[in-house]
Amino acid sequence: MSVALLEARGLRKHFPLRGGVLQRTQSWVRAVDEVAVEVRAGETVGIVGESGCGKSTLARLLLRLVEPDAGRVWFDGEDVLRALPSRMKRLRRDMQLVFQDPYASLNPRLTIEDAVAFSLLVHGARRAEAREKARVLLGRVGLDPRLYGRRYPHELSGGQRQRVNIARALVLDPKLLLLDEPVSALDKSVQAQVLNLLQELKAERALTYVFISHDLNVIEYVSDRVLVMYLGQVVESGTADALAESPKHPYTQALYASAPSMDPDRRMERPPIAGDPPNPINPPSGCRFRTRCAYAMPRCAEAPPALLPVGATHEVACYLYAVGAAPMPS
Amino acid sequence: MSIIALPAEAVVVVGAPMSYWRTVAWRLSRDGATLGAGLLLLLVVLSAVLAPWISPHDPNAGSIRLRLAPVGAPLHVLGTDEQGRDMLSRLLWGGRMTLLAGLTPVVVAFALGTMLGVVAGYVGGITNTLVMRTMDVFYAFPAVLLAIAISGALGPGLPNTLISLSVVFIPRVVRVAESATVQVKGLEYVAAARASGAGVLQILRYHLLANILGPVLVFASTQVSLSIILAAGLSFLGLGVTPPAAEWGLMLNTLRQSIYVNAVVPALPGLAIFVTSMAFNLVSDGLRDAMEIRA
Repeated sequence: MSVALLEARGLRKHFPLRGGVLQRTQSWVRAVDEVAVEVRAGETVGIVGESGCGKSTLARLLLRLVEPDAGRVWFDGEDVLRALPSRMKRLRRDMQLVFQDPYASLNPRLTIEDAVAFSLLVHGARRAEAREKARVLLGRVGLDPRLYGRRYPHELSGGQRQRVNIARALVLDPKLLLLDEPVSALDKSVQAQVLNLLQELKAERALTYVFISHDLNVIEYVSDRVLVMYLGQVVESGTADALAESPKHPYTQALYASAPSMDPDRRMERPPIAGDPPNPINPPSGCRFRTRCAYAMPRCAEAPPALLPVGATHEVACYLYAVGAAPMPS
Repeated sequence: MSIIALPAEAVVVVGAPMSYWRTVAWRLSRDGATLGAGLLLLLVVLSAVLAPWISPHDPNAGSIRLRLAPVGAPLHVLGTDEQGRDMLSRLLWGGRMTLLAGLTPVVVAFALGTMLGVVAGYVGGITNTLVMRTMDVFYAFPAVLLAIAISGALGPGLPNTLISLSVVFIPRVVRVAESATVQVKGLEYVAAARASGAGVLQILRYHLLANILGPVLVFASTQVSLSIILAAGLSFLGLGVTPPAAEWGLMLNTLRQSIYVNAVVPALPGLAIFVTSMAFNLVSDGLRDAMEIRA
């Protein structure tokens, strides 16, 4: 097994909620709690979960855009959280982010050529050289630089803007690309185009992807391995195939059951998920999913289940699969 | 055979992209009210700047015999004031003072206020609380009252008027700049810039200032008319420009007793204040519409 390109252990981020006259911390939003991620060079790791489960925070923690409260992150064997500012700036070239919102992620006052070139200027490139490189890359992502280079973001469609975002992330020649819901805001037909572009670019530039989405179909299509997140924690991880064939965690099962499928055989009659996720401010004790789980047992409230292997590359955090537990009813 | 096959060039006919400021200029050029007000403003500013050369008389030379001459009197097109001084000359010279007292505080407040607001908004935390709550202390007083209080404490005179009005306008600009900064700071393009390793100064220059200066500038321009009125008000109360200098607010005050003798002449400085501040308002409105980014 090759060494991980990106590895994180015990990542935790709790955001304080302040209130009252003195702005004292009243409570904490547990956005990400004890999450471990391992991404090997060349693979695509999908992270899936409902809105508000901490996927985006996790992405920002991995890139050190937000400082974690606890945990460690290694990139290419280097401890990211201990990197000094100058070293961090160098490291940032190798790991880039593509955002979800194609509208908020482009500066309305920069032409798209300048938006892409900006990252190069930050790293000391000359303006003309940076623009030239930006134009080449815009062409590669399917935007003719002669037509679009001097345009402003508001003149572009959502799909075109997302292509600009991809170009901007790639202009520094990163090794790792974190894609935070890159196609969620796009129409289905445009989604497919952008996904295919991402797949082509990955092969072409030997990239490694961390792909965040709430859309299981998308995740299944692009990922080699998948992490399922629920309320700031990883509840299941495994290869995309293993998860699709036999999802173990009741939450993963519910996700697959609720995902629309074109295949009648895959329409499962599993218990559908009910209600909204609990508030991450006061997550349930023990297993955080127990309030919506059809198989909740008394011990689920006592202590959180650990992530344990159920196969060679398949791990799940659920007492149903703990040693000595009753077999899962299906 | 296909007859709808188009030559490749035909599909990609797209208008030449316009730069942002050219778009703004183009929109302004189609806005009649703003253009009219802008023209009027230009006239007022030009006449104030050129007052020493174009005013027909010495603004401070009076004549006992020719007091309160009506509009249209020989040699005095707009009549004379209560000391027999030529009204046209005094209005031209007075415009210099009024515009100076109206514009300077806003320019000062724009520069200092934007700086404070951006720092407070970008740094956040305790710095933000400290700056913004201090501004709230000033904001708690009505503008007129605050201007009168500071001018009263410092004493009359143009420099003190400018200082007191600057103090009135800085907190307003800080507020607008701070809220714009906080809003922009949270957007993903700023996060993207940070993710590519950009430093604070680069982010401020290319991403923050570029996006907040427009709104703050528009806000500042709406305050010019208020500043003109406040400056004139201070002079009217004897806290601003000191006699015998010509200033619209001061002229309004000294002429007000004469309104029963000659109703038109005392109204002229008031009219000048009204027209000028109105023109500033219309221009800033038009500017706001033209600078809006339409997605």
